[in-house]
Amino acid sequence: MAIEIEQPSVSVGLSKVAVSETHGEDSPYFAGWKAYDENPYEESTNPSGVIQMGLAENQVSFDLLEEYLEQQPEASTWGKGAPGFRENALFQDYHGLKSFRQAMASFMEQIRGGRAKFDLNRIVVTAGATAANELLTFILADPGDALLVPTPYYPGFDRDLRWRTGIKIVPIHCDSSNNFQITPQALEAAYKEAESKDVRVRGVLITNPSNPLGATIQRSVLEELLDFATRKNIHLVSDEIYSGSAFSSSEFVSIAEILEARQYKDSERVHIVYSLSKDLGLPGFRVGTIYSYNDKVVTTARRMSSFTLISSQTQYLLASMLSNKKFTENYIKTNRERLQKRYQMIIEGLRSAGIECLKGNAGLFCWMNLSPLLEEQTREGELALWDSMLHEVKLNISPGSSCHCSEPGWFRVCFANMSEQTLEVALKRIHNFMQKRERRRN
Amino acid sequence: MGILSKIATNNGHGEDSAYFDGWKAFDRNPFHPTQNPGGVIQLGLAENQLCFDLIKDWITKNPYASICTAEGVEVFKDIAIFQDYHGLPEFRQAVAKFMGKGRGGRVTFDPDRIVMGGGATGANELIMFCLANPGDAFLVPSPYYAAFDRDLSWRTGVQIVPVHCDISNNFKITREALEAAYERAQEASINIKGLIITNPSNPLGTTLDRDTLKSLVSFINDKNIHLVCDEIYAATVFSSPKFTSVAEVIQEMDCNRDLIHIIYSLSKDMGLPGFRVGIVYSFNDTVVNCGRKMSSFGLVSSQTQYLLASMLSDDEFVDNFLVETSKRLAKRHHNFTKGLEQVGINCLKSNAGLFFWMDLRHLLKEKTLEGEIALWRTIVNDVKLNVSPGSSFQCTEPGWFRVCFANMDDDTLQVALNRIAAFVQQDKESEKPTKKRCSRIFASASHRGSTNKVSCRRT
Repeated sequence: MAIEIEQPSVSVGLSKVAVSETHGEDSPYFAGWKAYDENPYEESTNPSGVIQMGLAENQVSFDLLEEYLEQQPEASTWGKGAPGFRENALFQDYHGLKSFRQAMASFMEQIRGGRAKFDLNRIVVTAGATAANELLTFILADPGDALLVPTPYYPGFDRDLRWRTGIKIVPIHCDSSNNFQITPQALEAAYKEAESKDVRVRGVLITNPSNPLGATIQRSVLEELLDFATRKNIHLVSDEIYSGSAFSSSEFVSIAEILEARQYKDSERVHIVYSLSKDLGLPGFRVGTIYSYNDKVVTTARRMSSFTLISSQTQYLLASMLSNKKFTENYIKTNRERLQKRYQMIIEGLRSAGIECLKGNAGLFCWMNLSPLLEEQTREGELALWDSMLHEVKLNISPGSSCHCSEPGWFRVCFANMSEQTLEVALKRIHNFMQKRERRRN
Repeated sequence: MGILSKIATNNGHGEDSAYFDGWKAFDRNPFHPTQNPGGVIQLGLAENQLCFDLIKDWITKNPYASICTAEGVEVFKDIAIFQDYHGLPEFRQAVAKFMGKGRGGRVTFDPDRIVMGGGATGANELIMFCLANPGDAFLVPSPYYAAFDRDLSWRTGVQIVPVHCDISNNFKITREALEAAYERAQEASINIKGLIITNPSNPLGTTLDRDTLKSLVSFINDKNIHLVCDEIYAATVFSSPKFTSVAEVIQEMDCNRDLIHIIYSLSKDMGLPGFRVGIVYSFNDTVVNCGRKMSSFGLVSSQTQYLLASMLSDDEFVDNFLVETSKRLAKRHHNFTKGLEQVGINCLKSNAGLFFWMDLRHLLKEKTLEGEIALWRTIVNDVKLNVSPGSSFQCTEPGWFRVCFANMDDDTLQVALNRIAAFVQQDKESEKPTKKRCSRIFASASHRGSTNKVSCRRT
C-alpha cells in the first residue's frame, strides 16, 4: 500500500556549519545538564533534586571578590559622578585597555610565582577562552588541517576548535597505565595517524592544568612537547585556564617557564590561552586572552579579536581589581587553599565509599575511576552507569567518553560549584549507592 | 617556522586600504582645541557622542544597576557566573522593548529571538556563518560600510557581490540593479545566498522608503534567498521620513519569514561601542537556535547585560533619550550641512545616521579614483580633516566623501567648517589662472615646497 508522506516545501538553505552537529550539544555531557535543569537540587525546596557535578565553576571564593568591591567603589561605576564613563563607553580599540592588559600580565606572573614574565603588548583580549581557542585555530590552521589534542579533553573543544573553523582534532591517546600522561610514543602515533589520512597537522593543543584530569603536566613532559613541536615544525597551544587553580603554586609549571629557561628559543611557535572564568569564577564576564610569542600571530589575533572583544566596562573593572597587588596575592593564596580543602573532602568521601580517583593537584574537579562498577568495560557500559548515576543517584557527573577518554569507566566530578553542605549530600548519596550495590552482590 | 593559515596571511583584515591612512594621520597629530589647534580633526569616525550626559546621569542615579556598588553587590555572584548563551532574560526583554521603541512602537520584538553577538561586527559575521558556505556570495548594495569586507568575508569565506548605486537616482537600490547583479552572478557560477542592506544606510545617512523595502523583500522572496537588514542606525533618524524597519514591512506582505534577519547593536543608537552589544534577530527558528549556540564565541559580558537591562527597562529614561538624541543629531546635521552649503558644498539629502554624504565632485582634478584619492590626501594632509573617501565604501562614482558629525563638540565642528571654507576659497583662487599664472604658481609652489596640488586645468 502506498504511504503518502507530505513533502515540505523547498526548505531555505542554511550553511553546512549551521546544520552540522559539530556544536556538540547532542552528547551525553549536555543531556545531564538538561536533567539538572529540569530538576535542580535545592537544599530546602528540592532536596531530592539532581545535584550538578558536571559544571566546572569556581564558587568558593566569591566573598573575597565581594569584599573587594565593597571597599573599592571607584572600580565600579567609573568613579563618583562617573567621570570616566564616556571614555570607557567609547573604547572599542582592539588593542584592549592598556591598564587591563597590564593588570592581566601582572596577574599571570603572580600565578606563576614570578617564574615567568609577561609582556602586556603580547596580550590579545577575547570574549572568553572559548573565543580565544577558536580564534587561534583560525590563525594556525586551514580547513581540513588537524590539531593534536591529548585525551581525555574538555568536551567543548569539539565545538570550539572545529565547528566554524573546519579543522579536525586528532587525539593523542593517554591512559591510566601511567596516570594519563602524554608520552612521546603517543605523540608520534597521533602524528602518524594524521599523516596516514593525508591530514596536515598544524599544532598540538594541551590544557595545563588538565581538564578533566585535574592534574598539572610535568615539566619533563612539557619539554618533550616543545621538542616535538619544534621537530615537526608545528605550533604548541597551552590552555592554562586553570593555572590559578593549582592547589600549590610550585606544582604548576607553565610553558612560559620552559621558554624562559630556553631563552625563548623556538618560542614563536608557542601560544598561551588564559581566562578569568575559572580562577576568579567570573565566566559571565567573558574575559579571555591569547598570549603569543609570535609577532604575526599577535597582530593577526588582535585584528581578529574585533569579532569578540571584552566589554570595556568589564575591562575597566578588572583593570582596577587585578592591579591591586594586595588583593590579588591574598586571593590567589586563599583560593588555592580552599580548592585544596574541597578536593581533600571529596577524595576522602569517595575513598570511604570505596571509590578511587586519579591523584590530582589542580582544577575544579576530580577524575573518578568507576571502571570496577561497569557491567561491561565498554562505552555502552559506561553510559549505562552514567545513566543510573543521573536518574537513580541524581548526580550529574560527566562520563569519560564525552571527554574522548579511550578507557571506559572514568568520570569527571566537579566540586567547586556548590556549598560544602551540598557536597556532603552528594557524597552521602554516593555512599548509599555503593552500599546498595555491595548488598546486591552479597 | 610553522606557517600560519591562509586566513591569517591574506588581506581579509582589510587594514591595507588607504582608508586607514587618514586614521594614521589623525593618530599622529590629533586635534585639540588648546594643546594642538592645528591638528587633524577626526571626521571619519561614526560615533554618537551627543547623549552621554543623559546616560551618565542615569548611572549616577541608579547605583543598583552596577553589580559592583554597595547597592548592587548582592547580585554580583549570580551575574558573574551567568554565562548562559540565552542571555539574561531581563536583558533580552529590555533590548526587545528598546528596539520596538526605536521603531516608534510600530512593531514589537520577541525577546526569545534575540541572540547576542560580539558587537554588530560579531553579529554580522555570525549570521554569515549561519546562512552561507565558504565560496557562497551575498549581494551588497554600494556604497557600503567599509568593514563589511572584513566582517562578512574574512573568516567565513563568503564573497561580496556589490550592487552599484549612484547619484542618478540618489543611490536608490532598484529591482533592476539587483536582478542584473543576480544574473551576472549566476552566469559566473557564483551562488548567491542572500542580500544584505544597511538601513539607515552607512555611508549615505538615508533611510529606505517603504516601497523600496517592499521590493527588496519581494526580490529575495522570489529568488528564495536571505535578506539581512543591518539596522544599527535605527534610532539615529532625526528627521522625516520616519524609519521603516523590515520587521514592519513583513507584517503587511506575504513573504517567507524564514528568510528575514535583522542585525542590531547599541554602539550607534546609544553611543556605547565599548560595551560590544551586538544582536542577531532572526525570524527563522533554526537560525535562532544555531546562532544562539554560536554566540558562545561572542557573548555580551553579563555585567554589561545587567546594567543595560536596568537602564533600558526604565521607560522614562528611554523615551526621553530617544527624543533627545534625535533632536541633537538634527541640530548637528543642520549646522554642518548649512555651513557647507554656504561655501558651495552640497550633500546628499539625508535624515539619519551619524554622518552625511558630501559631494566634492566639482573639486576633483580628474573624475577618477585617483582624482578622488588625490583630493582626499589634500584634505587629510593640508586641510587636516580626516574624512572618508567614497572609494573606501566601494562607491563607483568618484568625488563623494562621508563626513561624521556626532563625534566631536560644537566648537570643533566650527573649526572644521572654517577650515573647509578656507580650503574651498583657496581652491577657487587657484583655478582662476591663465597659462602665465599657472607657471608662476608652479614656480612659487616648488619654491615654497608646497604640497598643494596645482594644475593648469581650465575652469
